[in-house]
Amino acid sequence: MDLLIHQVLSGLATGGIYASVALALVMIYQATHEVNFAQGEMAMFATYLAWTLLQAGLPYWVAFFITVIVAFVGGVVIERVIIRPVENAPILAVVTVFIGLLVIFNSVAGWIFSYTIKPFPSPFPEQPLFGNAYLSSHELGSMGITLVLLLMLFVFFRFTPLGLAMRAAAQNPVSSRLVGVRVGWMLALGWGLAAAIGAIAGMMIAPVVFLEPNMMGGVLLYAFAGALLGGIDSPGGAVVGGFLVGILENIVGAYLGTELKFTVALVLIVTVLVIRPSGLFGKIHVSRV
Amino acid sequence: MSDVLLQVRNLHAQYGPTKVLHGLDFDVKAGGITTILGANGAGKTTTLRAVCGMVKTQGEVVLGGERIEGKATENIVRMGVAHVPDGRGTFLNFTTEENLRMGAYTRKDRAEVALDYERMYTYFPRLKERRRQQAGTLSGGEQQMLAVSRALMLRPRLLLLDEPSFGLAPLVVQEMFEIFKAINQRDRISMLLVEQNASLALKLADHAYLLETGRVVISGTSESIRNDESVRRSYLGY
Amino acid sequence: MTNKPALSRNQVIGIAVLLVAACVLPFFIANYRVFQLTLALAYAIAILGLNMLIGFNGQISLGHGAFYAIGAYTAAILMDKANMPYWLTIPIAGIVCLAAGFLFGLPALRLEGLYLAIATLALGIAMPQILKHKAFEHWTGGSQGLVIIKPEAPEWLKISQDQWLYFFTLAWTVLLFFIAWNLLRGRVGRAMVAIRDQPVAAQAMGVNTSIYKALTFGVSALYTGMAGALGAIAVQFVAPDSFTLFLSFSLFIGVVIGGLASISGAIYGALFIQFIPNIADEISKAAPWAIYGVFLIVFMYVMPTGVAGFIRMLRVRLLRGRVSQ
Repeated sequence: MDLLIHQVLSGLATGGIYASVALALVMIYQATHEVNFAQGEMAMFATYLAWTLLQAGLPYWVAFFITVIVAFVGGVVIERVIIRPVENAPILAVVTVFIGLLVIFNSVAGWIFSYTIKPFPSPFPEQPLFGNAYLSSHELGSMGITLVLLLMLFVFFRFTPLGLAMRAAAQNPVSSRLVGVRVGWMLALGWGLAAAIGAIAGMMIAPVVFLEPNMMGGVLLYAFAGALLGGIDSPGGAVVGGFLVGILENIVGAYLGTELKFTVALVLIVTVLVIRPSGLFGKIHVSRV
Repeated sequence: MSDVLLQVRNLHAQYGPTKVLHGLDFDVKAGGITTILGANGAGKTTTLRAVCGMVKTQGEVVLGGERIEGKATENIVRMGVAHVPDGRGTFLNFTTEENLRMGAYTRKDRAEVALDYERMYTYFPRLKERRRQQAGTLSGGEQQMLAVSRALMLRPRLLLLDEPSFGLAPLVVQEMFEIFKAINQRDRISMLLVEQNASLALKLADHAYLLETGRVVISGTSESIRNDESVRRSYLGY
Repeated sequence: MTNKPALSRNQVIGIAVLLVAACVLPFFIANYRVFQLTLALAYAIAILGLNMLIGFNGQISLGHGAFYAIGAYTAAILMDKANMPYWLTIPIAGIVCLAAGFLFGLPALRLEGLYLAIATLALGIAMPQILKHKAFEHWTGGSQGLVIIKPEAPEWLKISQDQWLYFFTLAWTVLLFFIAWNLLRGRVGRAMVAIRDQPVAAQAMGVNTSIYKALTFGVSALYTGMAGALGAIAVQFVAPDSFTLFLSFSLFIGVVIGGLASISGAIYGALFIQFIPNIADEISKAAPWAIYGVFLIVFMYVMPTGVAGFIRMLRVRLLRGRVSQ
């Protein structure tokens, strides 16, 4: 029983990270109807940037904030420069561009930083908080950070004019233009936010899985799974899905061994999708013939 | 010509390879109401879209002395042009209030914006009742009122209306057109009205243009067109 | 109902020229290049299979590498454990993958677009893990994989083993392309395209959408599986790490680069995924995949509908130019 509790709580910690990345994926999907496959690699690259700043002697939180800002700007630039030209191209061409980005980031990271794994520090103390036996300080800390992040995003989208404008641009770009919203820049902003979220996720997961160019592959996939499980058009669903996937991953890993944990988790998710194709919280789309 | 707000000369427009407008000329006087009439497919909606920069155009579109053809829609909007599109373009997942808020997106004068909300609720009390309701659940007539209000939240110089009477009960349409008249007279908002319901449009507007397959075939004051029996019979169906 | 018109005279001449060139080429280039071309032919078959699914039928798969792997391993296991002659393993690999593809296609019926993409992505990722798993080690050779003995060319043909494998693969390529061409221009092809464009209307007209979609998955897997078997024999070895997600992405890229719903596109796509990485490697030893990625992106700016789509557009423009004269 104890083991189960530990797995569930641990799962919530990693789940929080998956939830954030899932949210980033859903944000971009809602705005563009495309899934950014390069999300993970961009996050990994940002984490390497943080690592470089830390190696240069900067204190952790300074490096953290600089990385988040640089990631944000990077996301905006990539959208305006690289994605904009294929805005109206067929969707499969856009997917190919994403794959291209993925491959570029992965390769350049390997080239600049080599493929040897590097340790990445956690800003949280070694000893578990209050000496508890369930969660390390890092797990608790990253849960806290992801919850704060999700809360900030919620407030931003619900209560600020810019957040409203971004949601409008995603929902109905034509009408948004008719009220003066610069839809292109809203898209770029969305990418920037997604990149920043990815950077935070990367910095939270790196201490656990160690920093290397393929580090985010698993995270991205779990985030996808979480987004789909929750329903790709439901930001809240994506968050819940991310947490669920985190718990699922841990439980499957603990009871069925780690080599197949990914496969089994995915099989379970695909099964859910077959039963409920729009995900747990997704809207069922009724289209008129 | 300082009393002409919108001047359109030799406007051509196309969707991809299909040409829809073939050299239109028309004016909207400052403070006036101009209507564009014609059958389905004549190019009326395309004309409004062309003014807003939503389709590929050639020709001249001059707003208050400035050339606006080729500009992005969102920039034309910021110059004071509000468009109520066909289909209304409501943000269906937002509440009524959020829709209005989006209408005022480009404005910085918070106090005046707050006053304008109240003004819209005075014009359309039903909207006030349904303030926090999801816009997608409003009836057709209410969504049309919402669309018009959203456009008015911009405090536009020029209001483009695309078939505002479409699908609405006659009484509702009557109400709405009276509000249009009031807005035009009180706030001096110029209007370019596209309508299939010719008699209604001719009663409201002072100038009219009749479109047939992308060309202006008849133009004049609405009074002269109303009184011309042959035009009414052959083109306007009444 | 009439079938679409058969090839025009120009097209027949073009194909004949191409075939002659293909038969003559291996005698003028190094054995290593012959091997590369053999692999490119195998990829062309695989990409044609995937294009049937994505281009003609409007579904999607980001995990077709899994079927390539199944085909490859089927051939390897049959040769290793059952001492089967290499040429017999190809059709068997095809049948195994037909079944596998159909079985996967059935639950996939409920998934659309993005969801199907992710489900197939999951398949593509899971396959290497399954292949490595201890439970199957006896058959698959685990992480080490299996070695395949290179087939000998028949004695009376005085050609090298590489050349023989090339012709063997070329023969299969021609056969499979011909079958696909016939299938796609007839009733079956029209039904597939109808399902892609207007699924509800297709159903209303009596097309059994579900069976067609699942079958298309099966046939597309069959093609990719046979390609996998041919590829494995050329490479002479199968191992789980040869069939990673990257292979699935490459096949997908091949479809997009070549052009959707195009049979000739499969060849352009195969040439791209076989040779562009080599070129990228020559441009930059340090980060070759970055160059590859740049190629991909630039290609999509210039030819978003793929090579075949680009050629189609040129033809239309030329035609319009001629007509308006």
